[in-house]
Amino acid sequence: MEALTDRSVLYALTGAGLIALGFYGFIVRRALIHRLIAFNVIGSGIFLLFGGAAYFGGGVDPVPQALIITGIVVALALTAFAAALGVRLAQDGDEDDDSDDDAEGGP
Amino acid sequence: MSLAFDLALCILILGAAALAVFGRDLFGSIVFFIVYGVLIALAWITLGAVDVSLAEAAIGAGVTGVLLIGAWQGIRDGGGGEPEAPTPWPLHLAAGGAAAALCGVISFAVLSLPGHDGLAGEVPENQGALELGNPVTGVLLGFRAYDTLLETLVLTAALAAVWSLTPSQFWGGIPGPNHVKPPDGVLASFGRMLPPRGLIVAVYLVWAGADAPGGAFQAGTVLAAVWILIVLAGLRDEPRLSRLPLRALIILGPLVFLGVGLIGMLLGAPLSYPEGQAKPVILVIEYALTLSIAATLALLIAGPARRR
Amino acid sequence: MSLLFALAAAPLGFMLASLILGRRAPHLIWIAAPVMLALAVLVALGASAGATGGPLGGWDAPLGIVLEADGLAAALILASAVTAAITGLFALARFGPAGRETTRRYTFWPLFYGLWAALNAVFISRDLFNLYVALELLSLCAVALAAFGSRKAAMHYLMVALAGSLAYLLGVVLIFASVGTLDIGLIAQRAGDARTPVLIGAALMSAGLLAKTALFPLHGWLPPAHGAAPPVVSALLSALVVKASFFILLRIWFEALPALAGPDMAQAFGVLGAGAVLYGSVLALRQQGLKALIAYSTVAQLGYLFFVFPLAGAGGAVTPWAAGAWGAMGFQLSAHMLAKAGLFLAAGIIIHALGSGTIRDMAGAGRALPVTVLAFGLCAISLMGLPPSGGFMAKYLMLIAALESGAWPYAAVIIAGGLLAAAYLFRPIARFMSGTDTPALQARVHWALPLAPLALGLCALTLGVLSAGPYELMVTGLPQAGEAGLDEVEPGP
Repeated sequence: MEALTDRSVLYALTGAGLIALGFYGFIVRRALIHRLIAFNVIGSGIFLLFGGAAYFGGGVDPVPQALIITGIVVALALTAFAAALGVRLAQDGDEDDDSDDDAEGGP
Repeated sequence: MSLAFDLALCILILGAAALAVFGRDLFGSIVFFIVYGVLIALAWITLGAVDVSLAEAAIGAGVTGVLLIGAWQGIRDGGGGEPEAPTPWPLHLAAGGAAAALCGVISFAVLSLPGHDGLAGEVPENQGALELGNPVTGVLLGFRAYDTLLETLVLTAALAAVWSLTPSQFWGGIPGPNHVKPPDGVLASFGRMLPPRGLIVAVYLVWAGADAPGGAFQAGTVLAAVWILIVLAGLRDEPRLSRLPLRALIILGPLVFLGVGLIGMLLGAPLSYPEGQAKPVILVIEYALTLSIAATLALLIAGPARRR
Repeated sequence: MSLLFALAAAPLGFMLASLILGRRAPHLIWIAAPVMLALAVLVALGASAGATGGPLGGWDAPLGIVLEADGLAAALILASAVTAAITGLFALARFGPAGRETTRRYTFWPLFYGLWAALNAVFISRDLFNLYVALELLSLCAVALAAFGSRKAAMHYLMVALAGSLAYLLGVVLIFASVGTLDIGLIAQRAGDARTPVLIGAALMSAGLLAKTALFPLHGWLPPAHGAAPPVVSALLSALVVKASFFILLRIWFEALPALAGPDMAQAFGVLGAGAVLYGSVLALRQQGLKALIAYSTVAQLGYLFFVFPLAGAGGAVTPWAAGAWGAMGFQLSAHMLAKAGLFLAAGIIIHALGSGTIRDMAGAGRALPVTVLAFGLCAISLMGLPPSGGFMAKYLMLIAALESGAWPYAAVIIAGGLLAAAYLFRPIARFMSGTDTPALQARVHWALPLAPLALGLCALTLGVLSAGPYELMVTGLPQAGEAGLDEVEPGP
């Protein structure tokens, strides 16, 4: 057992700060772009907290590193879909112009 | 590096995040978000996590930033760009209180962590069986290969999800605005110069990723970036999304990965590698994944088809 | 072990195949449905002898990822396979092969298979981070499918899903940082070393999962998203998707951290569940649209699931586990899967054929669409909790567990919820049967379509008739099963 070092605590607490900051933004900002930025800030804050907590003098435990890389890719996938959905919503609204092509076949 | 440097970096990170989240101007916010991503990548380097740093810089800052700029343009063109209504102050107060409480609780949790070695000791012990020098690649494609398999399919599913937003008249068409023009100017020569070099970087990143920082996701991002520059330079147009070779490219990597997992399953241990052959098999998976990730990322950025 | 991997890998393979097959992809369901059903049956047979599974790639926890199917997981895999297979076949009507490729005929299938794979992955995973990735795959496919109906509702759903994911991920990180493992079994052994951060982590994870499960009062996103989507999608979302996040909640509190789950927390879950039952039912009663009614019914039916926390007594040391309450929850999960999917599919046929989604306009539907309305009725029987259905078993076992543990307020809510369900489901059925005219159909309905909800309704009924077998399966491998409930509760009506 090792105690957390100063550095690891510093980065972990910065992560906590980013999470709180992003959380506040996610609630009070209305524009989709701002919300997606807030989402990604929270995500990277979580990862930084993770990295800080897993930092032991010489570097970061490789398992958290791999988990963080996976997490970054997953966050990107969600951001990409959210962005595309936001664009379509802004351009064509909620009303469907294109349901006719498949609704004929059946329920 | 000293703690003072760390402290300064952390303050910069928090500042950039605040500017990105609370900026008035959407485009300015995106720019600060990209700056923020670069600073985070710097933080990962100072922590000695170069693999994460590369991923954060390439994907977290780069691809996400480009995506957000594209979305900003798309939303503005769609008429959704009007200034947002001010949030009522009670909501600000409540959200601020909740955020402060959250920060307090998380910080309290961090400070009460017992501190332990995690799995840092376990990885090197088992690393030998995979014949990989980079422990992070060992975790991603060895010990937790199942996570990585699911993750690549999350990316594939995201592409299907983005495509599901295609207006019906454009299905199978071409994404994005048409940039193709007579090739001249700086961007064009830049675009001609770039592909071979980008390809070399990508091949190197995968090859090195076995033993040094790098890997399929980072390399795939480099290739995707090369493609985007080619399109922006007007050298080539985006492909028609109904093309079979394109679709084959997208599923190639996940298919190879899944296939290796299934072969292992038939031999009795799913997602295991043949003894003594682990490294070549992993490299095959990584190269296939790199191609598919590059195509998928580039198409995620391009978005649904908007032209016939 | 190999079988469990196949359970996730096979639908992933179908997902990739559907991306490349394009116009011919819909035919794949004719292969996928029997393959997935066979796999699910094999897993259930394996699990009935005790939990099956093992580490992936030969790497055991804490380094590697362990897959395992206990009885409850196997039962849910089977019930969801039946539901998804029938729903997938039904989807051929709208997203089936056509002359040319269209947006939705193409993209429905990869999202459908991705959703199925993610669902199975959630049921079999023993690793908190792996559960996160699986849950994200599920949410992504679910939101994209929800956007087939209303993009606005899908956006709302997406925002809740994003917030829920972050809360869950933060919890996972705190727990890993506290105990150095992601494996559910190992966390249970080590959680005592760092109670405070583990508890904070678990609370965050729970908050995220509750939002994704749409437990009252976090249910706001569900009715618009489920109500507006095409019926096939509503069936998948309402029957399957919301169950996954609840299932992870079970894994956390009953298996990873039973020692940290206090009675207060269990009661809090129970009270929210009771709120969901009453609020969702009353709102279902007030809906004018048939699909909105069914969507609000989901809010209500999800509430019952949370009674397992106070009744089975999360917190091994606090109260003995009551197998009866556990079995009740298993029946509620699987019966609701079958019946809710059936209701949405039947409603879809009725709305499509009559050209209106308002209950008021559906007079005489019973004469025009007898098989569909019969299917609707069968599914409704299970949802109301009338014998001899799976829903009856759920509510009967739950009622007995509530009365035995002296938790009479829960007993009262279970009875009230049953009466309210009868009321809100009787309203459309009465309308279908009213009048003397046979309404003219606005659209043709293929003769085979009503067979899908009919099959689902019959399965929900069969679950109750043959209740002993499913009950045995659901309590196999029950975490630290106490005998308290087993002797007292006779399975079967």
